[in-house]
Amino acid sequence: MDFALILTILIKIITLTFVVVLPLVPVSVYFERRFSAIIQDRVGPNRVGIPMTLFGAKKDISFFGLIQPVADGVKLFLKEDFTPAHVRKAFYWMAPALTVAPALITLCVIPFGSDIQLPGMDPVKLVIADINVGPLFIFAIASLSVYGITLAGWSSNSKFPFIGGVRSTAQMISYEIALGLSIIPVLLYFGELNLSKIVQYQADHGWLLLPLWGHGEGALSLTNKLLFWIPAFISFLIFTISIFAETNRMPFDLPECETELVGGYHTEYSSMKFAMFFMGEYAAMVVGSALIVTLFLGGWSVGFGLDAGIAGLAIGGFKIGGLIHLGVFLAKVIAFILFFILVRWTVPRFRYDQLMKLGWVIFFEAALINVFLAALVIAAPALGPVIIGIGAVLLVITTAAIIYVAKVSEAKVISVQH
Amino acid sequence: MAIVKLSRPKLSVGEKIYFGALLKGFFLTMKHAVASLFNKSRGAKDLASSGLGVTMQFPEQRWDDHMPEHYRGAPTLVTDEQGRERCVSCQLCEFICPPKAIKITPSEIPSDDPWAKVEKRPKEFDIDMIRCIYCGMCEEVCPEQAIYLRKDYLITGLSRADMVHNKEKLYEIGGVRVGLVNKWNELK
Repeated sequence: MDFALILTILIKIITLTFVVVLPLVPVSVYFERRFSAIIQDRVGPNRVGIPMTLFGAKKDISFFGLIQPVADGVKLFLKEDFTPAHVRKAFYWMAPALTVAPALITLCVIPFGSDIQLPGMDPVKLVIADINVGPLFIFAIASLSVYGITLAGWSSNSKFPFIGGVRSTAQMISYEIALGLSIIPVLLYFGELNLSKIVQYQADHGWLLLPLWGHGEGALSLTNKLLFWIPAFISFLIFTISIFAETNRMPFDLPECETELVGGYHTEYSSMKFAMFFMGEYAAMVVGSALIVTLFLGGWSVGFGLDAGIAGLAIGGFKIGGLIHLGVFLAKVIAFILFFILVRWTVPRFRYDQLMKLGWVIFFEAALINVFLAALVIAAPALGPVIIGIGAVLLVITTAAIIYVAKVSEAKVISVQH
Repeated sequence: MAIVKLSRPKLSVGEKIYFGALLKGFFLTMKHAVASLFNKSRGAKDLASSGLGVTMQFPEQRWDDHMPEHYRGAPTLVTDEQGRERCVSCQLCEFICPPKAIKITPSEIPSDDPWAKVEKRPKEFDIDMIRCIYCGMCEEVCPEQAIYLRKDYLITGLSRADMVHNKEKLYEIGGVRVGLVNKWNELK
């Protein structure tokens, strides 16, 4: 292989993973703490900074407490890395790595921006691996992170972590199906599995949830796009909620569940091994919101037909449009992370049976019906009115039947005579 | 005992769909966050908040002005208006002290002292502030009204020795109390 190509890939891996995304993890921890504090009428960490008073200055420099995650990290590094005697050592040591690694691997297919170009060189795509199976790759790898949690719960050889691990497995099974099914309408719409091309399409023809520009010319008409907004929004809801379950965030944080299971799967962990779980959870959150932004909210695109102009911006042959797009993408991701946090402090934890019911009885069926609905909307311009009518009637009948079955299958309340 | 039968409330379709309640929750949480940011939280004024939520931020802001009359801070020794130390080292406080924080070494007042008729005063008077529980029993038991709980609450130190208040320190915090019973006073 070409040496320059390998060098480019290495630089992309190091910059995008360790300079762009990994710092997002402590930043989201900081946002979590500050935002939750503000919601609860507190202040949150606002002190940690450079202790200038130690060197005789009047005031410390605090940066609004942005250094707090660094202090936490240093604290976790210095803690004793304790391995209890009753654990199964190999798996106990493997589990934290198995939680972090998948979250970071999935980053490689996410497009961070449009191309940047140095003078006299080929344009460089701001995506590590521009492969044609983007979402499938993400699902395949992201599912692996449940092994980390399950192995941690099992190898800890203690009851609460074990329950946490089992819960995480069951939760994964109930949500992965809805997660996969819910993006089929999206893929039907784009006709594409390559995430860079999906984002490029959204930049040219309107975001999936904001389809207001770039009609015609090989794309759907405005009416059709607005009609597709309905299945797109259902997809968005199911996908977002499933991502919440996938990342073990608040309404579905049953594997961790401080109030019932002490710390859940990481009860027996300390020091950096615990920090790895913590990091894995937040990295999964970053990747999850990056994926949602990429699929539904236009990825790196600014929107309203401005993207072609931005991509063309150049300073002396150095095309900087990609960097602006990178900034836009990060802003969107951070906004979505804030939404994650808002949900965490608004919605109480689901009970276990409620979660299973939501996954199997509601989302699975809803996603399935949504696939047909989306197919009908997309195929409508090519079909005659009679066929559309028949399709709509069939869809309504199927929906009614599924709702009826779900209702009938509900457990009957047994009345007790007094 | 009467049996009260409770049934689950019947939910309407809108309530079953749940998203409305979620949206309402988001708005409620955001409203709270915005109120917190603009110092409009409930009780922010009464609690003298720093402008973010209801929290008073400590080193810059202190609650000294908001301290109640009955606040019990550090126990101290006081002198009367003529500069006489009130303590006669009867050691009642030492014996009553629940955590045994007080240690008194009594001494006699020499006969050429103007207050010779008081007979005794403490030579050493140590209160270990690590042990002290601020219960105020010493103040209550003192027959001479010599020991008082003042409003000092910032008792800090870098070593255990720093945390022991000796006689000078106790008189320094305590200061002078006037207008109390002056049973050793000529002017009585």
